[in-house]
Amino acid sequence: MITRFRQVEMRLMGPLTAIPIVLAVAVLGTIAALPVLAMVISELTQDFIPPGLQHLVTVAVGCAGFIGILALNPIYAIWLERKVAAHVQDRLGPMRVGWHGLLQSFADGIKLLFKEDLVPKNADPVLFRAAPMLAIVSAFAAFAIVPWGVRSDGAVLAVADLNIGVLYFVAITSLGALSVLMAGWGSNNKYALYGGMRAAAQMVSYEIPTAILVLLVVAQVGTLSIPEIVAAQEGGFLGIGDWLIFQMFPLNLIGFVLFFICGLAETNRTPFDIPEAESELVAGFHTEYSGMRFAFFFLAEYGNMLLVSMLAALMFLGGWVGPFGSNPLLLFVKGFGLVVVQMWLRWTLPRLRVDQLMAVCWKYVIPISFFLLLVVAGVRGVGAGW
Amino acid sequence: MDRKAATGQDGGPLVTLYDEQLPPDNSYAFSPEELEEDEMILNMGPQHPSTHGVLRVELKTDGEIVKDARPHIGYLHRNFEKHAENIDYQGVIPFTDRMDYVGSMGNSLTYAMTVEKLLGIGVGERVAGIRVITAELQRIASHLLAMGTYGMDIGAFTPFLLCFQQRERVLDLFEWLSGARLLYNYNWVGGVSHDLPDGWTDRCTRFLDEFVPVLDEVDSLLSHNRIFIRRTADVGVIPPPMAVDYALSGPNLRGSGHDWDLRRDDPYLGYEGYDFDVITGTGEHGPIGSCWDRYFVRVREMYESVKIVRQALARLPAEGDVHENVPRFVRPKGGEAYLRTEAPRGELGFYIVAEPKKPIPYRVKGRSPCFVAMGLFHEITRGEMIADIIAIIGSLDIVLGEIDR
Repeated sequence: MITRFRQVEMRLMGPLTAIPIVLAVAVLGTIAALPVLAMVISELTQDFIPPGLQHLVTVAVGCAGFIGILALNPIYAIWLERKVAAHVQDRLGPMRVGWHGLLQSFADGIKLLFKEDLVPKNADPVLFRAAPMLAIVSAFAAFAIVPWGVRSDGAVLAVADLNIGVLYFVAITSLGALSVLMAGWGSNNKYALYGGMRAAAQMVSYEIPTAILVLLVVAQVGTLSIPEIVAAQEGGFLGIGDWLIFQMFPLNLIGFVLFFICGLAETNRTPFDIPEAESELVAGFHTEYSGMRFAFFFLAEYGNMLLVSMLAALMFLGGWVGPFGSNPLLLFVKGFGLVVVQMWLRWTLPRLRVDQLMAVCWKYVIPISFFLLLVVAGVRGVGAGW
Repeated sequence: MDRKAATGQDGGPLVTLYDEQLPPDNSYAFSPEELEEDEMILNMGPQHPSTHGVLRVELKTDGEIVKDARPHIGYLHRNFEKHAENIDYQGVIPFTDRMDYVGSMGNSLTYAMTVEKLLGIGVGERVAGIRVITAELQRIASHLLAMGTYGMDIGAFTPFLLCFQQRERVLDLFEWLSGARLLYNYNWVGGVSHDLPDGWTDRCTRFLDEFVPVLDEVDSLLSHNRIFIRRTADVGVIPPPMAVDYALSGPNLRGSGHDWDLRRDDPYLGYEGYDFDVITGTGEHGPIGSCWDRYFVRVREMYESVKIVRQALARLPAEGDVHENVPRFVRPKGGEAYLRTEAPRGELGFYIVAEPKKPIPYRVKGRSPCFVAMGLFHEITRGEMIADIIAIIGSLDIVLGEIDR
């Protein structure tokens, strides 16, 4: 009887696989709703607001969108991750709390919130407490420069429209390595220490190619400001022809793939999840963490996932410009698409060993990205007439 | 200290171990004084997600490199052999189930056959057929677990669930057959506890038909993945001479390229009449005897087990009483018997010494393949990295219930 039930269940699986996609779109809509709403309000009110207050309104709108993303993204990203994992693995995933388990993450969050606030006796109390805070701050602070659209009058919708946006991104994400190191050292646990050391080595190594690949974009567009990078990708064949990924084929395609790989490594996702390698290091740097502190690391991880995905979308996939003109929703579609790819990879691939991970970085990713930069800079140089 | 004597490998009394031979200060463990600079002792287990049970491994590490590893066993010791000296012959069978708890059918089969050898009785053709079917299905279930958990050890989670889904179906079959899903108490002295229910063979055939494509899929997902190969080939290499020196058996021995399978070389239950191949490691990736070879031997053995089950189902006699030869009282005339079979993990043997006309055995000794395999653990882990230790433990496919007994 059990078998029969299982077979019925199996037969249901086929059509059910489509559900995550449908739901992903729904979730995306929910998350994107706040920024989009903010933008609409901003568009409608710009004529009534005195010019002196315009900047203030833009910042307020930016912050509203920002909070919308940060509050809702991890909750739904975790749900999405579980659904993707479940359907890769031929099972259903969360189904009980809410429709198709949509409220599962809220239940989990409440559970984590009410857990005991534990600090191990021999841990370093300051480092142990500070590490999750730094993790979440570094993950969320980087979102400050992530714009998600421009208003019709040209104002950029972001918390801060920095003219050195990508530089800020490279700088802030480095803080993540510090938080992991602090957690590993402060826990006073050998497994956590191993995790912290691995994470430090990994993140520091993969920052180099990340920076080089950012330079690759900068060398072609000629600006460090993200809205201008996006603006440079507007137009072209079908509205997608001028996306950077299609320029100088296949150099930028390789660059995009490498950037995505570096993003995976920086967010400690499989196949690069050695700092928290479950089967080797129990839970790596967050072995001793529980309750809300653990949740902070979790939130930071999902924040970072979305961050690198959106950065990749902004720099290589045209950000909010596309075949249907300029639309913030487009950026979220691209960003979440890449997040789903990250999840897909995680549930398909095994994990690299620590020396192989370093070999991938130093032997392949860094030389190739340097080569790309060299070629692109050379071509640009020749184009500029020297 | 003579480990062989200490573990009762020579059949001697176990008591002396604790009284005389074990140093009082437990000097088997690493002492902090012997550490050089930059070295650290890392205690892995007995509560660790990937030591496959309650194995405790002490690692002397220098960064990520493991200088030395010492396994500590005994956390799951349940006094099987001493219990067996106080219970009648049939009553020992549930205890044998609990030795290798993911391959219960093989254990009780071996024990029951040893007692039958002691009594000088045989079993009918139908019982032999049922025993072959259950033993091979158990091999499939056990290797599925080995394959799935090995993928998880390397970091791939998905093969684990796909393998367990299929393993559940074997357990469903066993549940229908014996009423239990893990510890079956199915093989009795002189027979089996229940005959096959109506429709069981059909469902078994259906399982085999549906299982092979899934196995193909999992195989393609994991076995030839480049990351997986790089993680397992060239790691934990057991050269062919070392495999013999340490008396390995089963897939661990065959992974090193030795063509040795008790089902073919020392047949029992009529295995000589079945057409199947003995799988050996090929060294396709890296040197022969690597973790990948041992893993892949298990994967391909599942296909052979499917072949055997199909043949056994085809030639199973329709009629026959499975309790025909079950003795009412087991009272051997005395003497001793040793019998070995090819269990999923290797050569499993029972040595029984009988007292004349007594219903309880004088001594029961289990020869466990996992315990023997742990003997070379320190040899193949020295100089590897921490992640490789996990890969090696997984590739040896140990079950702590069988090591500690």
